[in-house]
Amino acid sequence: MKKRNWYLIFGSVLAGIVAAFIVMGFIWTPYDPTEMMTGPKFDAPSLEHIMGTDNFGRDIFSRILQGAGSTALIALSTVLIGAAAGIFVGAVTGYFGGIVDEALMRFNDALTAFPSVLVALVVVGVLGGGKYNVILALGIVFIPSFARVSRTAFAALRNVNYVKSVRLMGANPARIICMHILPNTMSVLLPAITIGFNNAVLAEASMSYLGIGVKPPDASLGYMLSEAQGMLSLAPWYALWTGGVIVVMIFAVGLIGEGLQRRGKEGL
Amino acid sequence: MKKRITVAVLTVAMLMGVLTGCGSKAEAPDSSAPEAERANEITVGIANDLAESLNPLKSGYTAGTREVMFNVFEGLMKLKPDGNLFPAVAEDYTVSDDGLTYTFTVREGIKFHNGQQVTASDVVYSVEQCKTPDESGAMVEPALQIIEKIETPDDRTVVFTISHPDEEFLNYLTVAVVPADYTEQDTKPVGTGPFKFVSRAAQDSVVLEKFDEYWGNKAKLDKVIFKIIENADSMVLSLQSGAIDLCNHLPTVQVSQLSDDFNIVEGSMALVQALYLNNSAAPFDNELVRQALSYATDRRQIIDIAFDGYGAVVGSSVYPTLAKWYDESLSELYPYDVEKAKELLAQAGYENGFDMTITVPSNYPQHVDTAQVLANQYKAIGVNVEIQPVEWATWVSEVYNGRNFQATITGVDAHYPTARAMMERFMSQHSKNFINYNNEDFDGLMNKAAGTGNDAERTEFYIEAQRNLAQHAANVYIQAPADLVAIRKGLELGGFHFYPIYALDLAELYWAE
Repeated sequence: MKKRNWYLIFGSVLAGIVAAFIVMGFIWTPYDPTEMMTGPKFDAPSLEHIMGTDNFGRDIFSRILQGAGSTALIALSTVLIGAAAGIFVGAVTGYFGGIVDEALMRFNDALTAFPSVLVALVVVGVLGGGKYNVILALGIVFIPSFARVSRTAFAALRNVNYVKSVRLMGANPARIICMHILPNTMSVLLPAITIGFNNAVLAEASMSYLGIGVKPPDASLGYMLSEAQGMLSLAPWYALWTGGVIVVMIFAVGLIGEGLQRRGKEGL
Repeated sequence: MKKRITVAVLTVAMLMGVLTGCGSKAEAPDSSAPEAERANEITVGIANDLAESLNPLKSGYTAGTREVMFNVFEGLMKLKPDGNLFPAVAEDYTVSDDGLTYTFTVREGIKFHNGQQVTASDVVYSVEQCKTPDESGAMVEPALQIIEKIETPDDRTVVFTISHPDEEFLNYLTVAVVPADYTEQDTKPVGTGPFKFVSRAAQDSVVLEKFDEYWGNKAKLDKVIFKIIENADSMVLSLQSGAIDLCNHLPTVQVSQLSDDFNIVEGSMALVQALYLNNSAAPFDNELVRQALSYATDRRQIIDIAFDGYGAVVGSSVYPTLAKWYDESLSELYPYDVEKAKELLAQAGYENGFDMTITVPSNYPQHVDTAQVLANQYKAIGVNVEIQPVEWATWVSEVYNGRNFQATITGVDAHYPTARAMMERFMSQHSKNFINYNNEDFDGLMNKAAGTGNDAERTEFYIEAQRNLAQHAANVYIQAPADLVAIRKGLELGGFHFYPIYALDLAELYWAE
């Protein structure tokens, strides 16, 4: 009898709940997330404001609903950009090797040598701040790690027998890469993607922390957490709620990643 | 699998650790405990390390450095808390009738911290250095270039001849006087102030000691330690735990977390916070629009929400501590009146409002907060605000130097505590006129003020110029932010003075018995 994959089940349920709240945030929030003085400043959680209010008297629950949406959007898009470009680079370098490999990977090394926040700062400095530029900046920052992981996977599978066979049958490289090797690298790439998502959530937080993430008065979890830090002893719930939601989000995706990986192993 | 769970648990633990770790309070010392003999010294918390070179004749001095070194250095003239000047290294001075020749007598018997006598040649050396570009190409005091000739008829007399009369010339001579032949000024500065420099540990602390041979009233404390604590929350914890006794420029949120062990003294920062408007960019080239925004601004609400109620509303580019020139009535010129604002917008042809962008330096949370409150307030008149936070360097190049902006929130300060220093930048041809204010009357008033030799008349011109800025709504003036200082109880409050410039004068501070 097949054992139930609790990681996948629990992770999906948790992610589903988070997603449901995010969708709700797009349609309805108890208060306008940017409306000030909906209650007193630093109001403790109550029936009117179930998560309390922040330093502008804005409803924290409404802001978390909206902020979780921005954060999830930024993290997902970042991973999408990073993974797509990274896997492409990794596939080309890993499969073909040679001079292309050398050139691209050395460039990759150079990019890795800079602290990621610095690279993101440069991109934002050139393009300006705001949600979409942050996505682009973080996406670029995430390319090297995906490239490295997928290159290793592709290089390892390049010369295994079934690949050699299809090559002899005359399949072109694009087909071999996409149809034959890529599916078999998933056990390596999936964890990389889930970890990447988690890193992206935290990276958004640190970008917002530096004041170059989303534009105020829009909310994002990272921006809210950085705001909350200065008010810890006045409104501890502010930081706890915001940090708690980040933890739940990361935990859910982490569980899904683990679950997928186990399913992959069992399937083999 | 185990590893995964461990990672997950660690992540959770770390995040929570970050949160709770910062919240934990250091044990406050039991105030009822019998006090051991208190050393006659205090520890002061400062938010930033001092400039790399402590040499006051180099241009790299930051505001924070100037504040601390105010205790170590003095110029021929020195500033009093009320903004007036008095002779320090000089004993006396005379000005010729044409305002072109200043004759100073060096104070008799005045000594440097290293025991050397101050002579006229030290003064000449110091002033010369301040008007010569240093290795970075900048000057400590470019305004000193007004000097055409310096003569020293004898060892205690210095005569300056300047190219044209300048009411602020004495202000320029507050630059530090240091020994001419001393080469270690960068690391072991020597001056004539009430405190002498003892030691410095980078990123950690600076120690000053009382100078026993000071010419004037000697410092009441024997020793002052400046402790560098960059994080505002750590600063609060250090105050609470007794590690530091005094800290200035505290953010209001931090102040509200302090216990009863401290007196909070409220001064006024020597700057004007405003929504600075680019007067040559549409729609702010229209005076009616600028006035409409002024009416639509609830200044009290900004101060209440973003500054916890601390701050003084101002109506023009002169802050209240410049008492001689300050016209208080201007703060009431544009009372909060949404209807009036809408009416003016309609007159200007914007009955449906418009979109605007406020560019704010992101390293100043208080300005970003102000922008958020303003954006919320302007919704009422149909003005849709986009807030664009930018890094400080970008702000300086794009907004301040490039003048490539619509509106920005910042605090504008002055090099000297004078009305001229605050307002001169708004003259149409001035190189620092970043708002592109262009008003002939204003230029005329400023020129007349510079031209007259009569002080009362001059003051009148400056007050008139200040009204001009307000009436034409050059900017949406908001407030002079409060400067909050936490002083441990037991320190005599009368010994602490606010200055209209960056100065943290500790010479008169003492522990009450």
